[in-house]
Amino acid sequence: MSDAAIRIRDLEVHYPLGRRFLGKAEVLKAVAGITLDIPHGSFFGLVGESGSGKTTLGRATLAAAPISTGSVSVTDGQGDVFDLAHLDRDAARRFRRRAQLIFQDPYAALSPRMTVRDIIAEPLEVMKLCKNRDEVNERVRAIAAKCRLNVEHLRRFPHAFSGGQRQRISIARALVTNPDYIVADESVAALDVSIQADILNLLKQLQRDLGLTFLFISHDLSVVAHSCDHVAVMYLGRIVETAPPRKLFAAPRHPYTRALISAIPSLDPDDRGRAERLEGEIPSPTNPPSGCAFRTRCPMARPLCAEETPRLRQMADGHRAACHYAEELAAPGARAPQVQGVPG
Amino acid sequence: MSGLLSVRNLSLTFATDEGPVTAIDDVSVELAPGEVLGLVGESGSGKSVLAKSLMRLNAGNARYGAESRMILQADGQEIDILALKGAKQLRQVRGDKISMIFQEPMASFAPAITIGKQMVEQLMLHRGLTGAEAKMLSVEMLDRVGISEAAKRFDQYAFELSGGMRQRAMIAMALSTKPKLLIADEPTTALDVTIQAQVIDLMKEIVGEFGMGIIFITHDLGVIAQTADRVAVMYLGRIVEEGPVRDVIRRPAHPYTQGLINALPKLGDLDAPLTPVPGDIPSPLERPAGCVFHSRCPLAEPRCRVEVPLTRAMRPGHRAACHLNEGVKA
Repeated sequence: MSDAAIRIRDLEVHYPLGRRFLGKAEVLKAVAGITLDIPHGSFFGLVGESGSGKTTLGRATLAAAPISTGSVSVTDGQGDVFDLAHLDRDAARRFRRRAQLIFQDPYAALSPRMTVRDIIAEPLEVMKLCKNRDEVNERVRAIAAKCRLNVEHLRRFPHAFSGGQRQRISIARALVTNPDYIVADESVAALDVSIQADILNLLKQLQRDLGLTFLFISHDLSVVAHSCDHVAVMYLGRIVETAPPRKLFAAPRHPYTRALISAIPSLDPDDRGRAERLEGEIPSPTNPPSGCAFRTRCPMARPLCAEETPRLRQMADGHRAACHYAEELAAPGARAPQVQGVPG
Repeated sequence: MSGLLSVRNLSLTFATDEGPVTAIDDVSVELAPGEVLGLVGESGSGKSVLAKSLMRLNAGNARYGAESRMILQADGQEIDILALKGAKQLRQVRGDKISMIFQEPMASFAPAITIGKQMVEQLMLHRGLTGAEAKMLSVEMLDRVGISEAAKRFDQYAFELSGGMRQRAMIAMALSTKPKLLIADEPTTALDVTIQAQVIDLMKEIVGEFGMGIIFITHDLGVIAQTADRVAVMYLGRIVEEGPVRDVIRRPAHPYTQGLINALPKLGDLDAPLTPVPGDIPSPLERPAGCVFHSRCPLAEPRCRVEVPLTRAMRPGHRAACHLNEGVKA
């Protein structure tokens, strides 16, 4: 797979819980065995509920989470390969320029004491990427204009800007070092729908214009479906299904994906009561269920699901799912068995 | 009048150092018992301020307009909300007849007091129950909203519950005083979609069972479509469109409502471009003259800049305030 920008192999990320059980140090497996390729120049979506491990996976691809086992390698636009489990100081410094993160909350991510110009310029100055102040200013103005910020407003402080404008400032700051790989972690979740569409369009446009590879993390499947060219669905540290959004929506092969799609509030008032409901909440990752982690909420669960962890299997070209009974969901128009206790 | 709540010509300005800021501008709205009214709009549209003014919870610098009237009909009584004085009278709309569910359940429970103690306290205060009765009712309500092991949860603190559980506990607490009007301010925004779906189902069941009126505030039209009977769309302190939820979503009569619908990702058509409402909501200090929406309206005409549009009936029960609807007959 030479065209993969990000190659993840059997990745596990463990966090120690600081307590012992039967003499063994307990760990939380935030990422519990993921193998995934993110192609160059793709807008790759990662969805799941809170606690599914999507943020940790995103951070692991930025060398910002500990890689416990497995490997993550990032190939940048110039063909340099970074093995994130074994980055030395020099490589780490070069890697920081190539990969950046855009945060969720544009109100918390920007220092209130710095002007917009200083916020955007900071990565350039910290990494000493420019020879002099004029060059810094020029690059700041160029990227601000690309992010549709008014360059006349660069001397203002963040409080003078609305949520959408602040998110554009965050984006400009992430892009100012000319990275090729961007992780956008819930970057539109805190915004109003009217502004959300604007930021999504901007991210897509920047991705195309600058040839970036994007990992777009979101809990909102409808946003991901609209913007991404490939989607992976996570549940308790594992990928349960991955496919292009069209295939995922037309024929989900994992009961969790199907439930996520069904939970999106429809704009059609006559759809009321037709949705399939998931019972309960995501279990704690400190003590995940045996076998398939989703079985405790799954309407199709059978004895095998408690014994054996399903592998991510090929369903169709580019479509993989981790469910023992994925084939039962395959037939078009296949209806799920009734979810227990919930009127259908 | 058979309604539950009648708001007439409500105007509200905040006196600030930078001058008066208009938060609500001549809003009139009605609610019947058992009805769910969705209130939708962007941040800064005034929807939370409107909700808070029903409980008179706005800050001390709030100034209500002289024409403003808010009447709540409950238990054969007519309560003039703006005429209430003193903590004792205000208690009628702060927990007795009106309850509120907030967006952030973590921030609305006191962190160092158990859930149970908080529930019991308000029941003793508002309904005059004894401690033992209040505890029994609280556990019953926790059980009713789908919290497992309710008796155990009763003795737990807010941080020991997950987000979805906290929001359920919040709902149980708000309902236990049997209010006539429930205000839910973005009750599902902080939750995952799967949990949001559960909470929406729960709220629908509750309306059926308790028959109270609900004002459901959200910025998500999808959530409105799934919960509300009627919807009011707010922009910069004004209701720009209001009507039955089907009619408003299928045949929006205001460009702002249309814009909100266009901005939503459509599941049926993944190729449809997402169209944002252009620009940002203006600062309330720089309120546009004429139609408040003209600065972002794709259809704005010269007169929109100077003339405030009248609110016209479009169809039965459906009204909108836009110059372009002139000549439309209801």
